[in-house]
Amino acid sequence: MSNSEEFISQLADKYGRKRESLMPILQEVVDQYYYLNDERMLNIAKELDISTADVYGTASFYSFLNTTPHGKYSIKICKTIICDMKHKEDIVDAVTELLGIKPGETTHDEKFSLDYINCLGWCHKGPAMLINDECYAELTPQKVKDILLSYIKK
Amino acid sequence: MDCNSLMRNVMKMGKDEFVQVLLDSGLKGRGGAGFPTGLKWKIVKETKSDIKYVICNADEGEPGTFKDREILDKSCDKVVWGMALAAYIVGAKEGYVYLRAEYKFLTTKLRIAIDNMDNHLRSLGINFKLNIAFGSGAYICGEETALLQSMEGYRGEPTNKPPYPVNFGYLGKPTVVNNVETFVNAMIIADIGSVEYKKLGTKASQGSKLFSVSGDCCKEGVFELEMGMTLQAFVDEFGDGDTKAVQVGGASGFCVPRKEFSKTIIGYEGIPTGGSMKVFNSSRSMYNILENYLTFFEEESCGQCTPCRVGTQQLLKGVRAVKRKEKPKSYLDELLKLADTMKYASKCGLGKSVGNAFKSIIENFREEIVY
Repeated sequence: MSNSEEFISQLADKYGRKRESLMPILQEVVDQYYYLNDERMLNIAKELDISTADVYGTASFYSFLNTTPHGKYSIKICKTIICDMKHKEDIVDAVTELLGIKPGETTHDEKFSLDYINCLGWCHKGPAMLINDECYAELTPQKVKDILLSYIKK
Repeated sequence: MDCNSLMRNVMKMGKDEFVQVLLDSGLKGRGGAGFPTGLKWKIVKETKSDIKYVICNADEGEPGTFKDREILDKSCDKVVWGMALAAYIVGAKEGYVYLRAEYKFLTTKLRIAIDNMDNHLRSLGINFKLNIAFGSGAYICGEETALLQSMEGYRGEPTNKPPYPVNFGYLGKPTVVNNVETFVNAMIIADIGSVEYKKLGTKASQGSKLFSVSGDCCKEGVFELEMGMTLQAFVDEFGDGDTKAVQVGGASGFCVPRKEFSKTIIGYEGIPTGGSMKVFNSSRSMYNILENYLTFFEEESCGQCTPCRVGTQQLLKGVRAVKRKEKPKSYLDELLKLADTMKYASKCGLGKSVGNAFKSIIENFREEIVY
């Protein structure tokens, strides 16, 4: 586990050390390390001269700012009504079948995490999911498996 | 649309003159709240401050809404130019697009549009720096004060209004916060003028609007429709022939049953909407739909005020208990009272709107909830 102190110091050089610098810093730390552990939050708190409780309190509000261990590839499947009507459960089942994880879980090799997410804005082409920043819509169980296989190979 | 030329024309016309054009056009915010855009820009313009901001609310998160995503994907330049136009009018030198995390894949297009515009702005002598701020997965950050809180590095918890962002916005400075579609409409009005713009729509709802249509439809997608149409006309065009209900305005909107279609107007004089239209046919369980909405709100409530934090939990628990026969049917009337209380006592629009879908589904489809 690499020491995040230098990385976070560079982020603070880039975004500043004010309170309004917090969100972009949190976002880049999650991009780099997949989640915010105590050490990273402490380093952020030091750079911005705010309390670690404040860093945690802010981060924990946002569903994309993981404060518990998370995989490299975060699979987020939409569960809001239209995607639900369009059989999102079949997509979830397909992921579980292939990766062996249920929503809320991470694979043993820490490569994938699976979560539900609320409306992604692809209702007319549901069901839809995000894998990190990439969006995939018009999903079928077969398509999802093909998409995941391409990530497994990475 | 040649945005550069339009900007030149507005500069020739004059700031006060263009504000008047916006006011005359009757343009109202396209995010759903419907505040007159001309008035918003006028207030910020007239507020004395060295520092002002223009912010684009691209935190589209209302279930069933995806028109802003389409706009950003296909007409990014109109959005950023609309922001530059606002900045020129009100006197702002800095702006942000607050882009939801779920739309991060649009970043490259956005950056290219901003870079292209920058070159032109320099030649025009306009000093406006546009940045992107990202959300991190919180529906409530679509509420403008929560959005500002998020940008300032805090939990996305709405703040009291007044003060309004136009007077006390980002970092306490006068700020224009407008929806993606609103900025595009400002450019359209700069192009065709207010008279031409008003030819579409009605007295209360001028112009056209983009609608996000999904569900049990013969066609789904983003459609530009005239404001003020009846829901019947909408269902005739988009329904699959077996439409039981239409949810107008997302989870925070109203569920309109078949018998009300011809009486319901889609617009500020009827049901105002950010454009989300979800169509349900007779195969759908209204209980499932209601449970889905309540689960959504319970999760997305910021939690700071008791009426919403506890109210959303209790409404969800309550309908489940009635469905499972753990509570009598009459308990629904207690829950309706709770929804009313939430409407008056909640701090922001989220808590206030939960009752809309709740009441409209219970009142029109009670038998589906109790049996």
